[in-house]
Amino acid sequence: MSLRTVEMALATPGADREGRPIRVPLGVAEPAGGHYDEDFGAEHMLVNIGPQHPATHGVLRLVVELEGETVKRVIPHVGYLHTGFEKLGEYRFYNQIIPLTDRTDYLAPMANNVGLALAVEKLMGIEVTERCRVLRVIACELSRIISHLVWLGTTGIDLGAFTPFLWSFQERERVYNLQEAWTGARLTPSVTRVGGMMADIPEGWEAGLREFIQTFPKTLREVDTMFTRNSIWIGRTQGVGVLTREEAINYSLSGPMLRASGVDYDVRKDRPYLGYDEYDFDVPVGEHGDIYDRYRIRLEEMTQSTRILEQALAKLRPGPINVDDPRVILPPKHRAMSDMEAMIYHFKQVMEGVKPPAGEAYFGIENPKGELGYYFVSDGTAKPVRWRIRPPAFINLSSLPKMCEGALLSDVIAINASVDIVMGEVDR
Amino acid sequence: MNPELKGYMLLSVIKMLVVFTVVLVGVALLTLLERKVSAWMQNRRGPNRVGWGGLLQPAADGLKNILKEETFPAEANRLLFLLAPAMSFIPALMLSAVIPFAAPLRLDFDFTAGPLGRFVHHGLMPMVVADVPVGFLFVLAISSMGVYGIALAGWASNSKYSLLGGLRATAQMISYEVAMGMSLIPVLLLSGNVSFSSIILEQSRTLWFVLPLFLSFFIFLVSGFAETNRLPFDLPEAESELIAGYHSEYSAMKFSMFFIAEYANVVTVSAMVATLFFGGWDVPFTRADESGVWYWVILSHLMFFAKTFFWIFFIMWIRWTLPRFRYDQLMALGWKFLLPVALAYIMVISGAIYALEHLAGVTSPLTRAMALTVVSLVLGILVFRVLDRGVIVSGSQPRRQRLEPDLLRNPLGGRTDGVRVAS
Repeated sequence: MSLRTVEMALATPGADREGRPIRVPLGVAEPAGGHYDEDFGAEHMLVNIGPQHPATHGVLRLVVELEGETVKRVIPHVGYLHTGFEKLGEYRFYNQIIPLTDRTDYLAPMANNVGLALAVEKLMGIEVTERCRVLRVIACELSRIISHLVWLGTTGIDLGAFTPFLWSFQERERVYNLQEAWTGARLTPSVTRVGGMMADIPEGWEAGLREFIQTFPKTLREVDTMFTRNSIWIGRTQGVGVLTREEAINYSLSGPMLRASGVDYDVRKDRPYLGYDEYDFDVPVGEHGDIYDRYRIRLEEMTQSTRILEQALAKLRPGPINVDDPRVILPPKHRAMSDMEAMIYHFKQVMEGVKPPAGEAYFGIENPKGELGYYFVSDGTAKPVRWRIRPPAFINLSSLPKMCEGALLSDVIAINASVDIVMGEVDR
Repeated sequence: MNPELKGYMLLSVIKMLVVFTVVLVGVALLTLLERKVSAWMQNRRGPNRVGWGGLLQPAADGLKNILKEETFPAEANRLLFLLAPAMSFIPALMLSAVIPFAAPLRLDFDFTAGPLGRFVHHGLMPMVVADVPVGFLFVLAISSMGVYGIALAGWASNSKYSLLGGLRATAQMISYEVAMGMSLIPVLLLSGNVSFSSIILEQSRTLWFVLPLFLSFFIFLVSGFAETNRLPFDLPEAESELIAGYHSEYSAMKFSMFFIAEYANVVTVSAMVATLFFGGWDVPFTRADESGVWYWVILSHLMFFAKTFFWIFFIMWIRWTLPRFRYDQLMALGWKFLLPVALAYIMVISGAIYALEHLAGVTSPLTRAMALTVVSLVLGILVFRVLDRGVIVSGSQPRRQRLEPDLLRNPLGGRTDGVRVAS
């Protein structure tokens, strides 16, 4: 391998003062004894896909080595959306980290909020109230539905079918309306707090959710009609991007990617949290590990999520949403104004923040994309010493070069779509 | 120049102007129709801000494209880059000249227009700009010229995406050209002539060819999709893979010309399907439409318009419904399925015609067409059983078995062969 990196001409016009086209480094080392010729006619051609490309789901950049249309190598480049969330978290109170989690996997923000709250609560040894647990389950499953809907739509687009994208976005819009009614925000709800929720659901919200649960499966069935037995869809997805069970485990995959390869692993079943063991739902497991199985599994997971939501609605009883613990929960405003003790707690909460004991904790939840873990190291102060996210999308994405071996250029797009990445989380 | 020739030329000029205008305006309106159709399928409203119901949207788009800046990629071949849109635009528009859009009109006039002299016309005037005797051969020849524009656009853009798009387009259009040509030979066998007028007359005498030549119709339709580069065969454009393929680097009016060419091709393919397999301007169950009386001509034109419009709508319908093929599947479909089926179908049809005429002694064309309908029906059922079984379009690697819903099971339900991950 020579150290000289390969350059290629920009696709859009750009020239320096002498009129030579501006070249960008591709970030690929040349093979020993050979080089990539960007003039066409060479045996291998390097094609740069992204970071601005309609099918890279954000700012992923893939450098693809092509022989004809057959892919020899795929080199993913990440980091174009690096925000430094984990470092930022070290300068924030625990409750202030919650808005950061909204912005990592921004397609399932509520599930991230729940995961973070659970991790801090584990660190502090807090047990949340029953109503709070049910509300968090609702938040998680709504997130799963909207995240899978985005996946479904964008994968359809990547394979050329545009219409289901808008169908799924209409359904997603309804969940966003529910989310907005509950939290006031559509994209960044920040719905949890350490020890409870930001707010209880408003009046009439349950009826809205119930209506969504009843009508949503109809759209799912429509998409199912469009894709599941469509011969082109089957041809494009079956046997493409195959990962065996062993490979999936070796790549440390999780979520639908792992289950499509035939591994029964779902955090909700294997390490139940929020009382998921009390809910009756199935976890779909594939067996071929290809795009089609991933598609079937995500479709089925949405159906199962509606089942869980139904049961959660039935479980929802009036009660407090926050734990009765002044270390983590602000006293009600009227008491803070009239009661000396409450005012002191309020002051300490706002000025000093939640202070977990020194120690460390990891908590993993089943995010739509896989196992989302939050790891905290605390030294007893109000800010974490270290905050680390286990990003399912990033880890799942690491299997992309393996899956793309020997595929065609069109398959790279389909495989990349099947991973279900969200760059906010991949780059963090 | 004798008065008859002058009369003929006068009519030709009028027809040219009318057809050219109608096609161009129609193509512009098709862009609106496409957006409306897609909006309808996607529970949206579509363009409704410019003009009544968005009717002026094409004009606004055209104006925008004329006013936009022309850009050229660095190191692009400027001459070819400029030439390519025109080379795909011109053949697309030429095709509309040979398709009859109504029944022949009986027209008699004899007048003298000052210094221009005397104009005479007697008898039936074919309602087509050029009633060329080579008929659909002309269409095949000209439509395959459109590939030059696309290939050159891909080459001249100095972009890898464009190049890949251009290569795909070339291979695809050349491949499907073959299947398309082969699918039309049974039409020739049945009508005995390649000219559109005689094909339509034959259909109005017997049955619309969609019945006796059902497989030809199917192959022609599929190839037509591929020829127009529309979904599910839009690999040359493939916006999720190649951004926009061969026209990634084009802007302003040059881009518009590719766009217009695509829609003009849609019109042509629809009109071809309507003409070759659905009787063209033929009004069913009557032969009075050939009388040349003006109201029958208008009615026959409405028939032609309705049939063409249906196929235009069908093409849009498919576009907003199906996903896209992969390149190898596209080639496999063209070469391994459509072409062999088309060839076999030629053999079957010619064999059947021979058997009917020489062995069974059938002389009536109507009886012959009906017998062929039965043959095609049986063949069609056979072929579609095969198509539907996933033999033609299959995944890149065969799967052990299909994933059935009951395989999606509860992991706590006693699965033993799965890999358990320590919790």
